[in-house]
Amino acid sequence: MTFQIFARGVAAFVVSVGVAIGAIGLGTNPSAAASTTLLNVSYDPTRELYVAFNKLFAETWAAGNNGDKATIKQSHGGSGKQARSVIDGLDADVVTLALAYDVDAIAEAGLIDKGWQNRLPDNSAPYTSTIVFLVRKGNPKQIKDWDDLIKPGTQVITPNPKTSGGARWNYLAAWGFALEKFGGDEAKAREFVQALFKNVPVLDTGARASTITFVQRQIGDVLLAWENEAYLAVEELGPNQFDIVTPSLSILAEPSVAVVDKVVDRRGTRAAAEAYLKLLYSPEGQELAAKHYYRPRLAEVAARHADQFAQVKLFTIDQKFGGWTEAQAKHFADGGIFDKISANAGK
Amino acid sequence: MPAEIVIASTAPAIGQRSIPRPALGESPLVKAALIGVALVFLLLFLVIPLVAVFYEALHQGFGPYFDALVEPDAVAAMELTLLAAAVAVPLNLVFGVAASWCIAKFEFRGKSLLITLIDLPFSVSPVISGMVFVLLFGAQSWIGPWLRAHDIQIIFALPGIVMATVFVTFPFVARELIPLMQEQGVDEEEAARVLGASGWQTFTRVTLPNIRWGVLYGVLLCNARAMGEFGAVSVVSGHIRGETNTMPLHVEILYNEYNFVAAFAVASLLALLALVTLVVKSLLEWRYADQIKATRR
Repeated sequence: MTFQIFARGVAAFVVSVGVAIGAIGLGTNPSAAASTTLLNVSYDPTRELYVAFNKLFAETWAAGNNGDKATIKQSHGGSGKQARSVIDGLDADVVTLALAYDVDAIAEAGLIDKGWQNRLPDNSAPYTSTIVFLVRKGNPKQIKDWDDLIKPGTQVITPNPKTSGGARWNYLAAWGFALEKFGGDEAKAREFVQALFKNVPVLDTGARASTITFVQRQIGDVLLAWENEAYLAVEELGPNQFDIVTPSLSILAEPSVAVVDKVVDRRGTRAAAEAYLKLLYSPEGQELAAKHYYRPRLAEVAARHADQFAQVKLFTIDQKFGGWTEAQAKHFADGGIFDKISANAGK
Repeated sequence: MPAEIVIASTAPAIGQRSIPRPALGESPLVKAALIGVALVFLLLFLVIPLVAVFYEALHQGFGPYFDALVEPDAVAAMELTLLAAAVAVPLNLVFGVAASWCIAKFEFRGKSLLITLIDLPFSVSPVISGMVFVLLFGAQSWIGPWLRAHDIQIIFALPGIVMATVFVTFPFVARELIPLMQEQGVDEEEAARVLGASGWQTFTRVTLPNIRWGVLYGVLLCNARAMGEFGAVSVVSGHIRGETNTMPLHVEILYNEYNFVAAFAVASLLALLALVTLVVKSLLEWRYADQIKATRR
């Protein structure tokens, strides 16, 4: 008798599962024929920027294409991890990553044309940023410059340079500062960066995870952050909790964008993908970037937001490291300097 | 009919169990300390986190809470989670029953190997489970170009998510049933066969009724894990908002966007699912206590 009840229960479960699958199947039917979808695979701190920018693009695209509806899907994560996913088959129409090297890696896998960096203006980086320090309100540890980060007892939060683009900029900014300070002495620079990483209690995989560690979990005295990420944290979580400290010298970070050729050609979305990236360079796109604390390239927009960004001496990766390929091979590849540093730091 | 026979045959076992054990000689102080430690542990590791989830979700009132739950991306995440569970649980139900029937009722070469293999998803880190699928079906795998040429998307799409979920929840039903069926032995099945029942009849009329509660526990646990799985699914998801985000992944994304109320709102829904699972399990246990005793020797 009870077995029949049980059997009926199982039958009911199976039927409800069937109904659920059917319902979802109906629900996910492609709706309209005249519509374009793009997938933008991006790095961590750009979430808010692209929410706003995707709206702008949808409007602009519809206006120029007889009301064609453009839907932009977003995926965010550590820049290196995201590049890996695209190489493994994540169907990104455009990538907007933290650094050129990650786009190079995708190009290396044959998905993007090798000359991608010359297809768009400004090294294919429509906005720039730099690395600043986020400290607790009132700066209790009196952190003013990179020197203060290697003091014993100062806890520094940065993500892992192996997985995070922002972290690689952090690392290179510190290295560049040390080079400047010790008159180009590589051994001294390495000691300096090693001392800095000795002060890092947690290495998260992405910039956003590190920010959450610092602001939400209240770990650490100073967060090495993208300038835009630091401003956003202050804006989102209250200016009465944190101060932004701009060091004497930092790196010019150029987050790179590119159309993924293999994907757009297969999906037939090249026109939309290219229009999407072009819009980033337009006055409207630049205005949005500036609004989200990225340093705009366009002079008129930059002038309008001049008082928003601190004046800081910036060096480029080409000046101090001979470009990304070289920096990557020397510092971040397996067995590179970062591996040795983190082994020595006991992590 | 067979149910009654089972009850009769297990009556002595129940009798044995009901003999009270002699009281242990610990002092009341030791007892109180032990109970206290257990309660504090429960409070710290179960009750407080659970309360914290609901507090964080609701501390700005019900409005933001419900807004977070009806937001399109959240709804898409719920649908995906339900769909993945709806595929994974029935598959693993069928597999689990078949495997444990094989293992418990028959002797064959390679049996211990099969048991080990069933346990594999438990012993492997979920992240590795996810990586395996990327290595197998990713664009860089040997099958990748063929899949691409035929426009089949497995990784970073629904099939990959379902496969990872199936893999991770593989052992739940089987693990629940194997000890139960081994304990029950083959006597009743042999009796059925001697009385002229076919293999299928034996299975549906003797074996299945005996293990039905075990099956139900297995399914409940399997379902809870299928909906809650994070690691393996995170690796194969691609994190496309509104498309390949399951509920646990959606929680992480919301949290990373400083959207703490929404993150905890979705998390509370997951916690609620877990609570419902446990309540259903307890209710069933309570309602059918005598039958469970009868079938679980």
